[in-house]
Amino acid sequence: MTTSFFHSHSSSTKLRVLPGFKLTLGFTLFYLSLIVLIPLSALIFKTFSISWDQFITAVTSERVVASYKLTFGASLIAALVNAVFGLLIAWVLVRYDFFGKKIIDALIDLPFALPTAVAGISLTALLTSNGWVGQYTEKLGVQLAFNPNGIVIALIFIGLPFVVRTVQPVLEDAEKELEEAATCLGATRIQTFTRVIFPSIAPALLTGFAMAFARAIGEYGSVIFIAGNMPLVSEITPLIIIGKLEQFDYAGATSVAVVLLAFSFMMLLTINALQTWQRKLTGAAL
Amino acid sequence: MNFAKLIKTTVVSASLVLLSASSSVFAQNTSVTLLNVSYDPTRELYVDFDSAFSKYWKNKTGQDVVIKQSHGGSGKQARSVIEGLDADVVTLGLAGDIDAIHNHGNLIPADWQKRLPHNSSPYTSTIILVVREGNPKGIKDWDDLAKPGISVITPNPKTSGGARWNYLAAWEYAKRKYGSEAKAKEFVQALYKNVPVLDTGARGSSVTFAQRRQGDVLIAWENEAYLLEKEFGDKVDVIYPSISILAEPPVAVVDKNVDRKGTRQVAQAYLEYLYTDEGQEIIGRNFYRPTSEKAKAKYSKQYPKLTLFTIDEAFGGWTKADKDHFADGGSFDQIYLKK
Repeated sequence: MTTSFFHSHSSSTKLRVLPGFKLTLGFTLFYLSLIVLIPLSALIFKTFSISWDQFITAVTSERVVASYKLTFGASLIAALVNAVFGLLIAWVLVRYDFFGKKIIDALIDLPFALPTAVAGISLTALLTSNGWVGQYTEKLGVQLAFNPNGIVIALIFIGLPFVVRTVQPVLEDAEKELEEAATCLGATRIQTFTRVIFPSIAPALLTGFAMAFARAIGEYGSVIFIAGNMPLVSEITPLIIIGKLEQFDYAGATSVAVVLLAFSFMMLLTINALQTWQRKLTGAAL
Repeated sequence: MNFAKLIKTTVVSASLVLLSASSSVFAQNTSVTLLNVSYDPTRELYVDFDSAFSKYWKNKTGQDVVIKQSHGGSGKQARSVIEGLDADVVTLGLAGDIDAIHNHGNLIPADWQKRLPHNSSPYTSTIILVVREGNPKGIKDWDDLAKPGISVITPNPKTSGGARWNYLAAWEYAKRKYGSEAKAKEFVQALYKNVPVLDTGARGSSVTFAQRRQGDVLIAWENEAYLLEKEFGDKVDVIYPSISILAEPPVAVVDKNVDRKGTRQVAQAYLEYLYTDEGQEIIGRNFYRPTSEKAKAKYSKQYPKLTLFTIDEAFGGWTKADKDHFADGGSFDQIYLKK
């Protein structure tokens, strides 16, 4: 999205075929400022009410650093799991016809619609040592709730639709003829997948991965019930922020939030860049 | 013809709208709405109390009063009021949170706590222990909680007001028993080693203990403990430790809001009604400790006597306790960080 904006900007003096560029761009910028930039700048201004040293102390204390590691680590694992299984699900939903497909397709969106707190509470009920699932895993010595395992599971749950819903339409549009041509030219099934299908869906998969990842970093509601919230072990960064707010430490809370935001923004930029690079590499005309 | 009919319907419906609008203006004159912003465990208490107060107010003044309730973590509720939630009265978990409404929002004067009897606390409560039916681990007092092999459920003091009371009660017990602050810290450290889950609020911990069946003992508000016993009577037992903290959840009228809305009179009466015989009776019935002598005597069986200390005498007030124990780098941070 960013790249196309810059491209069109450089040629904005030319006469356009499609009218209304200035009006729509003006509205886009206004709307983005209103909805995204103003709240974010308020966040940063609030942070400036403390000195640099205070800022550094607030964002680098041992508990806070442990929470960054947990939040980013768990989000990364969850997003990777979702990338693999989300792709698989999208593939099944696009390529095969079977009884109940519509229902399964609708189920995918459930984590979007369900209030996150409800998700958290039901997952916790399921996974604790007396829950339907938890009682069996506990016997095998695997504790799922009230530790980082639970956090990863909750994040997988809320992130799944992002991958499925971004990959699905691209898979649907992929031309069958290309696969047939590849087969005719002597490609094995694996070669067809890795050389023909995968490159065409990779950008969508990356987008889905990035969205699932970003969503997971900010997730609070579903995680908080299952995490256990032990300092240094299972405290996620959003909880640290809430904890600081609870002590009326607004500046401390926004400081941590700014760090979280900066990290997330960098990751999203990197992923965007990867996408552009990948598109160039495969020469996809998207 | 049709056109005339259309005009007629329009006129009729417009006048109907006007009529209903004027009647709602009329209704506003005889009814008043109060918003009581409270903390988590008082839900049941205020459902009971609000209906009694509206009856009383209707009899006294002929005015209908509708009371809206908002419940949540005490600190979060205070923050909402500071940020503009239109509360007429606040009934929060600890004085520190109402102090914050003065310090950060200046919505009430600094001496708010002197305006009503008993430090503006119409009811008190304390922190006690809840164990599994029959007390299989033999838990009798605070020092049992720090023994190896005992699993303790309590919320996170960083996010829960109730959790701070729990923490301070354990701390003061150890300080009195072992004689020093350093020993108290060691004790609390050992106790929190036994905590597998720190929920964000008191209700969360109750659910973790009673429904998820985690832990051997729950540290809880006295009223929360009795609610649990009422609901899970055959599965849990209430245990009184030898000593605990006297919690004085305070109430206050939010001056800036009631003056703007013109609701001061009814808001004031609402809080004062908490101190009347009927108010105190409702308080006792809902597992809070009443403050009037009459209700105290009536409920003396339900609430056994135990040594209670106040936060002021043991910790020098909330501001100091917060700074020493729960702020960044305070004792709660220290017991978790490796030395």
